[in-house]
Amino acid sequence: MRMKSLVPILYILFLMLPIYWLVAMSFKTTNEILSGFTLFPQTWTFANYIEIFTDPTWYWGYINSIIYVTINTVISITVALPAAYAFSRYSFVGDKHLFFWLLTNRMAPAAVFALPFFQLYSAVGLFDTHLAVALAHCLFNVPLAVWILEGFMSGVPKELDETAYVDGYSFPRFFMTIFLPAIKSGVGVAAFFCFMFSWVEMLLSKTLTAVEAKPIAAVMTRTASSAGYELGLLAAAGTLTIIPGAIVIYFVRNYIAKGFALGRV
Amino acid sequence: MKTQNQRAWLFVTPVLLLVAFNALIPMMTVVNYSVQETFGDNLFFWEGLGWFEQILRSERFHAALGRQLFFTVMILIIEVPLGVAIALAMPKKGFWVPFCLVTMALPMLIPWNVVGAMWNIFTLPDIGLLGYFMNHTLGISYDMTQNPVAAWVTIIVMDVWHWTSLVVLLAYAGLVSIPNAYYQAAEIDGASNWAVFRFIQLPKMKTVLTIAVLLRFMDSFNIYTEPFVLTGGGPGNSTTLLSIDLVKIALGQFDLGPAAAMSLIYFAITLFASWLFYTLMTMNDNKS
Repeated sequence: MRMKSLVPILYILFLMLPIYWLVAMSFKTTNEILSGFTLFPQTWTFANYIEIFTDPTWYWGYINSIIYVTINTVISITVALPAAYAFSRYSFVGDKHLFFWLLTNRMAPAAVFALPFFQLYSAVGLFDTHLAVALAHCLFNVPLAVWILEGFMSGVPKELDETAYVDGYSFPRFFMTIFLPAIKSGVGVAAFFCFMFSWVEMLLSKTLTAVEAKPIAAVMTRTASSAGYELGLLAAAGTLTIIPGAIVIYFVRNYIAKGFALGRV
Repeated sequence: MKTQNQRAWLFVTPVLLLVAFNALIPMMTVVNYSVQETFGDNLFFWEGLGWFEQILRSERFHAALGRQLFFTVMILIIEVPLGVAIALAMPKKGFWVPFCLVTMALPMLIPWNVVGAMWNIFTLPDIGLLGYFMNHTLGISYDMTQNPVAAWVTIIVMDVWHWTSLVVLLAYAGLVSIPNAYYQAAEIDGASNWAVFRFIQLPKMKTVLTIAVLLRFMDSFNIYTEPFVLTGGGPGNSTTLLSIDLVKIALGQFDLGPAAAMSLIYFAITLFASWLFYTLMTMNDNKS
């Protein structure tokens, strides 16, 4: 029994090591980093964080990322809700093919879309806007949201719908006041996954932006390549990107697996 | 039984328009480029299937595809059994469960370029924790930028670090759904640990493990950002995976024709895998 509980402990230790190193680096001075190996920061410094919070290029990177992630989550959930309802409750011509086609977009390599997206969003005048990144991320987030929501909705018995109609509810009223509350954990999970995949994606968000909507990922790579190698600053910026995920993850901890299983556990 | 209702199409229309805008127009652009040659100035000439032939015969493509397949196979061989083993060892209830779930899921929520940068800092030969430990404590020469083997080991370990938790969480979700009565019955029958695993736990995990294997297959097959940030495809071309090579040709050299043809071949492979995924999953749905 003791041996058994060692396995998760060792695994978590392995997961935490690189994160610890990133956080430790972020509190070191550049001098200390370059002068040799130290396991703990010898002279603690907050200079790296202060620079990020005072330099608009840096903190706007975070704000830009949060803006397009939020827009994307709102759009994805809004369009996915009725579609998921249709897939879970009705059968219609072409439903299976459509459902499969949606999934293929989740599986498409982002690298395939990088160049055509750049041209498409330039052509419609959306290049370098938050909306462009938010819409581009819909490519994989909308299918994902439809799948997750469909999984959760299929777990709600059809009798709920029928009873509501017998009681004289109109469809919009039934959907908003009865059905949505019944699947609210599903909506939460779908929103979490949209947030997550939009937050971690970099190739498309970097390709579709230049200055105005530059995401934190792009700010980081440009800093890494232009200003020599400011490891401490890079580490601090990386540490800050972990925080939003760490906060939201706590609320969905019991549903993460169900979300990854596309609502089918 | 679902109700026949063609008006359901109205419900699906917003999704359809949005995804079609994102998927069909770019895909048509790619198809268009894949059959033409350009010398700039927006002048295009018909090229037919020449680019496809060239890509399918090119050694560069074969090499990148080979590296990609090797990477994906390694990922599956390591992450799936490891994930299942960790899920089996996890506590079923109590204070530690939420702690385990949250800490294990954390790597998956870190932006992919940060994952690459983090592992870069972690493995720097003289000032990284792992790099220093390998070079100075163990005395094993370890430098990702010089040694292809070190680079390969590092990108695989990085992906294990990043995504094994996906398998753990899915397998764990399958495990906790097993009613206690099953275990009690097994105990009465005097079943061995292996028998419990083989005949109770594994069948219950089948659905979730199918999803885990296929998600890991797709995502590792499409991987770009993490290895790109960590190794940049090097040293030399030793870790240039398919996506990295594609972006090099498309956005680096701006060779539109070959890049488009390669995109379509790449996409066809993923499409085949998606079809497999869908078939397996609906098979499971129908059974339950």
